[in-house]
Amino acid sequence: MKFIEDIFNKMRPDFEKGGKFEFLYPLFEAKESFIFTPGTRTKNGCHVRDSIDSKRFMSTVIVALIPPLLFGIYNTGYQHLVVSGEPTSFISCVLYGSWYVVPIIVVSYAVGGVWELLFALVRKHEINEGFLVTGLLFPLTLPPTIPLWQVAVGVSFGVVIGKEVFGGTGMNVFNPALVARAFLFFAYPAQISGDRVWVAQGKEVVDGFSGATPLLVASSHDANSVVTALNEFGTGVAGRFADFSFSNCFVGLTSGSIGETSAIANLIGAAILIITGIGSWRIMVAVVLGAFAMTTAMNACAPNDASFYALPFHYHFVTGGFIFGAVYMATDPVSAAGTGVGKWIYGFLIGAIAIIIRTANPAYPEGMMLAILFMNAFAPLIDYLVMQRHIQWRLQRGRA
Amino acid sequence: MADFKLKRGYDLRLDGESEKTVVSAARPSTVAVKPVAFRGIKPTLLVAEGTDVVCGTPLFCDKSNRDHIFTSPATGKITEIQRGPRRVIEQIVVETAEQPEAIEYATYAPEQLKSLSRDEVLRELMKSGMLALFRQRPFDYVADPEVVPRDIFVSAFDSAPLAPDQALLIKGNEAYFQAGIDIASVLTTGRVHVSIRRDTKDSSPFSSVKNAEIHRFSGPHPSGCVGIQIHHIAPINGRDDQVWYITPQCLVMLGKLFINGKIAPEVVVSLAGTAVVERMYYRTVIGANVSSIVQGNVQTGSVRHISGNVLTGTSVKSGGHLGFYDSMLTVIPESTGPELVGWMRPGFGKDSFYRTFVSPFIPGLKFAPDTKLNGGVRAFVATGYYDQVLPMNLYPVFLVKSILAGDIEEMEGLGIYEVTEEELALCEYICPSKMDIQKILRGGLDLIEKEG
Repeated sequence: MKFIEDIFNKMRPDFEKGGKFEFLYPLFEAKESFIFTPGTRTKNGCHVRDSIDSKRFMSTVIVALIPPLLFGIYNTGYQHLVVSGEPTSFISCVLYGSWYVVPIIVVSYAVGGVWELLFALVRKHEINEGFLVTGLLFPLTLPPTIPLWQVAVGVSFGVVIGKEVFGGTGMNVFNPALVARAFLFFAYPAQISGDRVWVAQGKEVVDGFSGATPLLVASSHDANSVVTALNEFGTGVAGRFADFSFSNCFVGLTSGSIGETSAIANLIGAAILIITGIGSWRIMVAVVLGAFAMTTAMNACAPNDASFYALPFHYHFVTGGFIFGAVYMATDPVSAAGTGVGKWIYGFLIGAIAIIIRTANPAYPEGMMLAILFMNAFAPLIDYLVMQRHIQWRLQRGRA
Repeated sequence: MADFKLKRGYDLRLDGESEKTVVSAARPSTVAVKPVAFRGIKPTLLVAEGTDVVCGTPLFCDKSNRDHIFTSPATGKITEIQRGPRRVIEQIVVETAEQPEAIEYATYAPEQLKSLSRDEVLRELMKSGMLALFRQRPFDYVADPEVVPRDIFVSAFDSAPLAPDQALLIKGNEAYFQAGIDIASVLTTGRVHVSIRRDTKDSSPFSSVKNAEIHRFSGPHPSGCVGIQIHHIAPINGRDDQVWYITPQCLVMLGKLFINGKIAPEVVVSLAGTAVVERMYYRTVIGANVSSIVQGNVQTGSVRHISGNVLTGTSVKSGGHLGFYDSMLTVIPESTGPELVGWMRPGFGKDSFYRTFVSPFIPGLKFAPDTKLNGGVRAFVATGYYDQVLPMNLYPVFLVKSILAGDIEEMEGLGIYEVTEEELALCEYICPSKMDIQKILRGGLDLIEKEG
């Protein structure tokens, strides 16, 4: 241990003010504080400080992202093997899945990391650990077939336009990972929507295969009932890929973005965030409540059972990016509302708007991303209104 | 009498509480008065190095009101007037003589106190310099003689980490405490409010106090902070809504001054913290040299002496002096160096408000933290956590943001007058971005003062 400490101590003068690598100080600080929790002493104010730091805080989110990540890798391989008509042993699922998913994550971290470092050097501030989360969140929202150059362009847009132009970490209005995804969604729709991109296909494809996602099936099908359409999806096809019954969607062996398919994996992540207190349970619960209320309303005005309007809430809950968005995206402390009441309003509206976009807009069968970005824009307004009420309360109390 | 059940807050699980035994400390070789402790005045020196003083000799006065004097709590010779940056007077050090002498003031019978006139009480306090026993909110200034406080508040329990038992501090002086309350009641147009813990026994000297309104509080720190109590009892509404507050030990001094006609500088302080070998309560005098209390009773290695508690106290050197208002001395080990991948460890031995470590799940643990910052300073990421340690109807994150933006109107709207460093100290303790919340808050209050 001592020798590593010595190496850093020896290098330090070169990176500090006046040293020859002074401009690289953020890089030095990042490396040093990764290996050591610095021994810096408190100067003023509290003489002792909580053991938490930004690294611990952000790495807890990373830990919570591990279940959907691992499941996503497995499922990507599984889907690939099923449509190729090959046996799906655990090992081959993981290997094939890694073959597709790992490069996406590597590109996201590498390209995003370079931007992060560049801005830290120019602005002369420490590298903020928030990027560790963005760099992993973004790939998990992408289809496994996404071209790597699009990953690079997307993450660059997310970090630079989504975060740095607003002044960097803590100042951004929108969630950078979602900005990155939205950019790809509108700039290169062919690679991130439709029914061709969600399953990594090999040369051989089984007969009757359709790459549609559950939400796509729900929005356009020719069965009598939307639930039947989902449950019977894929039956009679030569392969054995899972239908979109509730239980299959809950487990997650379905097509979709890498991290979003499994309700179980995402709920485990939610449990980690709630137990550690890092993610706001208020927002998560509010999103679910909002979606439930809106689904009930939509169900009531469904013209017939076949309509997307008639899709019951529990299907909305387990399909698409609903849980993933509610757990990891909506709870981002920077872009969410900051007041207790505000969080309820913010979350509720995300859930409600997501369902409206899903059902009422035939162009977008998935509405979670747009709903969260939309409410990101309104979060400051919600907080402003809550603050104004608080200020009014204080004035009133003074008069009483 | 009212009952307040506070939920939000956090008790640090610190090891190093002191044993409830009071012993006498050695006579301190030096005693110091630190003008910086009396916020809101501009000190003008009335003495020089070499001057002989007795207990009650004026040392300095407020530049804008020369009758507002501050006096020596000790007898001896001034050996040093220490100045800091920009010639701020940091401390006036008195080398103590063996036989203390004191200036004599008027004496009163205890029954008489309640019926004194406000002018008379104020005159005595101004003459002896003991108006300084009272402090004022908003701003946390030393009491201003021009102000007639709306109410006077006493927090009769301290919820801070390792805090001393207030009842033990005034033990044997209960009658003087009551006298202090009677004098305070004359100074305000409103009431004297005494806050005690909800589970305080009837035998406690605080439950039977007369001539004051008693309020009961429960809940974790900062329930014992007077600002939190004021917020719930009778909140401060704006800048001109001024109240005073005073500690139990200062009330005892107040009572002694009027009954005995002399300044009584004797106080009891608790010596706590894991770096102390034998932790006890010590009888000493205000502003005593900390070495007279510690006397080698600390572990070897680098340690920090804090006059006050670990959240809001002032760091003093081992030869430094106690603060005027402090009734505890905490000694904890200094951070000795970096910790390998500290942020990745499971954290059995690390206390944290956050459940990202193992320790919060294990009840009954005690910790011996050093002065490590435990992380690097990062961008301010707004979180809902500050709210969880502040039992007030106030939005700390938005208040801090308005201060950082320098928006005075917003600060006032969000209730900056209701808080001081003490109330927001826990927000600073739990901040993952390692922000200096207390410093930021004082910056905001100073800005308001400067802009008039």
